[in-house]
Amino acid sequence: MRVVSEPNAEEAARAAAGSPWGLAWRRLRRNRVALAFLGLFILIVAFSLAAPLWADNVAHSGPNDTHTLEKLQVDGEKREVVNPSGRPIGAQWLEADGKFFLGADGRLGRDEMVRLMYGGRTSLLIGFGSALITTVIATLLALLSGYYRGWTDTVISRALDVVWAFPVVLLGISLGLTLAVGGLDIGPLHLSSSSIWIPILIIGGVMVPYMARPLRGEVLSLREKEFVEAAEAQGAGAMRVMFGELLPNLASTIIIFFTLGIANNMLLESTLSFLGVGVQPPGTSWGTMVGSGFDLIASAPQLSLIPGVMILLTVLSVNVFGDGLRDALDPRSKLRLEAHTGIAEPEGTAV
Amino acid sequence: MGRFVIRRLGGMVAVLFAVSVLTFLIFNVVPSSDPAVRMAGKNANPRLVQSITEEWGFDDPLPQQYLTMMEKIFTGDVISYEGRENVVERIVEGIPATFSLCIGAAVIWMFFGILFGYLSAVRAGGLLDRALTVVAVAGISMPVFLLGAIFLSYLTYKTEVFPSGGYVEFTESPLEWAEHLILPWVTLATIYVGFYSRVLRSSMLDVMNEDYVRTARAKGLGERRVMTRHVMRNSLIPIITIFGLDFGALIGGAILIEGIFSLNGIGQYTYESLKNFDLPPVMAVVMFGAFFVVLFNALVDIAYAWLDPRIRLGTEAR
Repeated sequence: MRVVSEPNAEEAARAAAGSPWGLAWRRLRRNRVALAFLGLFILIVAFSLAAPLWADNVAHSGPNDTHTLEKLQVDGEKREVVNPSGRPIGAQWLEADGKFFLGADGRLGRDEMVRLMYGGRTSLLIGFGSALITTVIATLLALLSGYYRGWTDTVISRALDVVWAFPVVLLGISLGLTLAVGGLDIGPLHLSSSSIWIPILIIGGVMVPYMARPLRGEVLSLREKEFVEAAEAQGAGAMRVMFGELLPNLASTIIIFFTLGIANNMLLESTLSFLGVGVQPPGTSWGTMVGSGFDLIASAPQLSLIPGVMILLTVLSVNVFGDGLRDALDPRSKLRLEAHTGIAEPEGTAV
Repeated sequence: MGRFVIRRLGGMVAVLFAVSVLTFLIFNVVPSSDPAVRMAGKNANPRLVQSITEEWGFDDPLPQQYLTMMEKIFTGDVISYEGRENVVERIVEGIPATFSLCIGAAVIWMFFGILFGYLSAVRAGGLLDRALTVVAVAGISMPVFLLGAIFLSYLTYKTEVFPSGGYVEFTESPLEWAEHLILPWVTLATIYVGFYSRVLRSSMLDVMNEDYVRTARAKGLGERRVMTRHVMRNSLIPIITIFGLDFGALIGGAILIEGIFSLNGIGQYTYESLKNFDLPPVMAVVMFGAFFVVLFNALVDIAYAWLDPRIRLGTEAR
């Protein structure tokens, strides 16, 4: 154990200025566009997390409560939630004290605003969860095949090739369709067909090759570096080299991939849910909301447009922030650009 | 060259086999319930389940089941359980609409992707570059169905500028054919334009620093000529590579677009089958789609080797 007895402030300042993470943080802090979009993303997350508050205190309705035959009392006038021809009520804003803020969602007369907030939770959870799964599996596979090479690498790379040969959407809908009908039952793992884990696992798994391949390439080149040789000369075993030496050097790439993976995976989730093979009822995600709203696209387009715009904003904010993160963590790409054109990119541009 | 082709085709056959086994596993083995029950879908009754089990041989050992499935798909003997139609016939009927959609969209996205990429590389850092960057990032983040919903609700239902869906044969009326396809083309193309322009931009910025570009400038060539003849040519290589991959995989996008615009092609058929949880059509489309992708990629690789001797002679990466 090393005892820190130096004057702390000075050391901390030196560390902040000198360490790559400190440098990256300062570069990121200068990138106002990326930070603004990070702010937007945080707002969206807060919006979704506030779902129960809004549902209990303002709308007084859960995401799956139906109000088909109810009437709203607005300014002494009665408004039907769903009129006899099946058309849902439009946005009430605050006229009905926050009930049906964005109107009702269709024949079932559910509160669109409440569903939007709960749907955001599902979409974000799947985006985060699946990106985490993709990142963990892809990193492990990349470390194994890049470190051991030989037949380990051959087996892993071939398996990834087969998954790669499948178009992502086709693979996603095949798994989504069969598991939505049958559920999953492998060993100790029992998942019912409407479990939210099914889309998380499908999307997390389908995306693995797209992250594992570039990571493997990076491990292969890192493995030739002197610090690996030095560690091995000191007697470091496979685990030590993989997780103690190689992994920290992959960290910035992994962080970038994870961030951009959230955006990508959320888009795939919305596609699968839109097609009816992602999140299953009674669960709601923004993708399922667009899908069910599509039946009323001619008369009530807002039902598909609003959740669609939420997906766009979320994915956009993650993408722009992820690009800023890449510029901050991997400034070589930026330096290269400056060297080539003689033009420095104006400060503050995100991408 | 001949040896390269043979090796590449050999690899292709191996991948085709692996892909078909994977499809088989996904549809028949991985999910826990009885595949016959899943296949019977919403109208499941014991008699139907029994007959499906016999028809597809779900009681047989797995290798036998795999052979049965492959035989049924490739002899065109697959029946959907929702509409009791011949699946392969429906897929063949859908080919013209789907190809019209994919080829038209590809032309649009290549044209605008290259144009935007070129403009933002030439003016890197400038106002135009930044504006195009915003457009590109928005395009990359855009869910296809949102764009489709916007077009449908504003240009079809509200203002009636474009007809609402449907597919008209080219031979019937080329004008109506195009009119019905414009919105689907634009929607499908938009999601690719942003990505392609970004790739071209960064690859052009890379190439601009090459020695031969400096040489071209040094010998007094005009800027425009340097850009088009020296920089563009070599920058297009990554674009063509990803185009090969994306075009093959376009069936995924076609499912969404055709479903949204009722184009009556393979995509819409898949879309409806998904909504009905009708397995056999989806299984067949996935199998044909994956085969098409693998075949297409092999052809692209062979075309490359033909264009660039370094690929067929040099040490391959794998």
